[in-house]
Amino acid sequence: MLASHVPQMASDEGVIAAAKKAIGKAVLRASELVGEITLTVKREAIVDALKALRDTPGLEYQQLMEIAGVDYPERPERFEVVYQLLSLTKNRRLRVKVTTDEATPVPSVTGLWPVAGWLEREVFDMYGVGFSGNPDLRRILTDYGFEGHPQRKDFPLTGYIELRYSEAEKRVVYEPVELPQDFRNFDFLMPWEGPEYRLPGDEKAVGEAPGAPSPAPAASGPPPVKAKKPAPRKPRKKKS
Amino acid sequence: MSETRTKERTRKRKVEVSVGAGGTGPELGHPRDPGDQKLSNYTINFGPQHPAAHGVLRLIMELDGEIIERLDPHIGLLHRGTEKLIEYKTYAQALPYFDRLDYVSPMCMEHSFVLAIEKLMGLEVPIRAQYIRVLMAELTRISNHMLQLGSHIMDVGAMTPNLWLFEVREDTMQFYERASGARMHANYFRPGGVRYDLPEKLLADMGDWLDHRLHLFEDAISLVADNRIFKQRNVDIAKMSKEDSIAWGFSGPMIRAAGIPWDLRKSQPYEVYDRMEFDVPVGTNNDCYDRFMVRVEEVRQSARIMRQCLEQMPSGPVGTDDRKVFPPSRMEMKQSMEAMIHHFKLYTEGYHVPAGEVYVATESPKGEFGVYLVADGTNRPYRCKIRPTGFSHLQAMDFMIRGHMLADTTAVLSALDIVFGEVDR
Repeated sequence: MLASHVPQMASDEGVIAAAKKAIGKAVLRASELVGEITLTVKREAIVDALKALRDTPGLEYQQLMEIAGVDYPERPERFEVVYQLLSLTKNRRLRVKVTTDEATPVPSVTGLWPVAGWLEREVFDMYGVGFSGNPDLRRILTDYGFEGHPQRKDFPLTGYIELRYSEAEKRVVYEPVELPQDFRNFDFLMPWEGPEYRLPGDEKAVGEAPGAPSPAPAASGPPPVKAKKPAPRKPRKKKS
Repeated sequence: MSETRTKERTRKRKVEVSVGAGGTGPELGHPRDPGDQKLSNYTINFGPQHPAAHGVLRLIMELDGEIIERLDPHIGLLHRGTEKLIEYKTYAQALPYFDRLDYVSPMCMEHSFVLAIEKLMGLEVPIRAQYIRVLMAELTRISNHMLQLGSHIMDVGAMTPNLWLFEVREDTMQFYERASGARMHANYFRPGGVRYDLPEKLLADMGDWLDHRLHLFEDAISLVADNRIFKQRNVDIAKMSKEDSIAWGFSGPMIRAAGIPWDLRKSQPYEVYDRMEFDVPVGTNNDCYDRFMVRVEEVRQSARIMRQCLEQMPSGPVGTDDRKVFPPSRMEMKQSMEAMIHHFKLYTEGYHVPAGEVYVATESPKGEFGVYLVADGTNRPYRCKIRPTGFSHLQAMDFMIRGHMLADTTAVLSALDIVFGEVDR
């Protein structure tokens, strides 16, 4: 249920149908979650799709507020490029997504909105997604001469290069990162519903494993109570 | 005076003068020819360490004489990888990073993030907490505009108003400290409510302050609003049409100065903004003066909202009852084992946000500040994209400053209200 104090916009009723009609076959998926609509469109058709969303009467998403990249390394097309649109006249928001991989560029929307220039530069800088048609696709947030794309999930949080002022050389020097202590990544997920690994002793909880019989009960005393086997739980995906 | 100051402080790094141009002397073997006066453009470097750069901004300016032909902002000198860090932290640990984005208006930064979490979880917030959030957000807006207006005035050459406005800003910092314990990085808005209740005395003092201290602000503005020099430096500088303002992704005072009455507090009300009575000031031609005056009026409207909050604020809890999200009070922890366990779990594992994605934007003092949150059902965000306000505004600077004088740079930059913690993240 939608909390009552989050930003309240105009109703999104009929937007999906109207958008599908305006964009046509290029819409791959349309979904709605917590009152927000997400359209996934074909990569090649993104410029036409956003143009249709901007110019079709009744949709009128005049402003491009944001372009975000998201990285899912396990997918064949690992990057999502997410466009957040805003309609000033209809008072609605809409999210449009395309997917891509390292090699395939996404058509640039700088022709529709000049604001896309830097937004695309940032996605390029952070994820290495190319944008064909962007006239100025340079790095933007990282250092001059930086290598790699830091927001990718396989880029370590600590990075590879650190810089410091060297008193001996009287200038700033770049060096490989050296940490006195490794980055500590704690796994705080609940042990009884989270991880897939087994701790020593876990086998006792799931009955007898072959080849490892339970010790015989003591000669005197009540027979051991057969513990009820817990229902098999769907293993949760461990966070990589 | 400020015009010469600007010119002196910018260093001429690279001067691109083609050979034989600009009247090189006979010592170079090129006799000065009156018909050979082809001057090529100057490329000069502004910043990154310049008092008018509002932090660390490097501008590469291409000048034709004193006219700016092209301007290339180099940002990222304050890039700290906030979005990457947040992916490695629990939601509660990620919250303080937001204070450090726009460090001039910290609580408004937290606001978008907590709303994004609450929207995904479907979490309700008690009504008193909503009033407190609105009250503190408007206090933050005043605090932000005090710094912004003051430095804008100073960048175009007047000193006194800035000193007065900083008096007012100091008061807001004191309120911050009394509410959260910190003068700047408050970490006060929490998913499910706010950290502590505001004591009665603080609320009373805030009312007093609104009645008796804000005249300092009015005095300071009265010195410049109709001042001839101030107008000469600002009116008709960096004008943007309505269409351009929309296309360049403007929001907040920057889009309102163009005459578009777009305010997320009005059009997409969150918390208790729909119960508040306030006006949305708009400008007419989106020049630096309009942007300035829109912010001036916003301060008055914010004071109005604060007064309404103080009048209407009900009593009650300031955090949700959901102990799986909002920690129990200290008192409760001393007496109840369950509260103790909840506290322990919340501050180690944290809470789990259901999988999904959400984009929540609030009206920060600078404009639309959005958070695009992708959750995967664990206790950490999978991706947290921050939509900084100044990023789009700064990008448009090249477009709006072309053809203006070098000395206008500081006025344009101040009117954008840039803070690099937020732009660079």
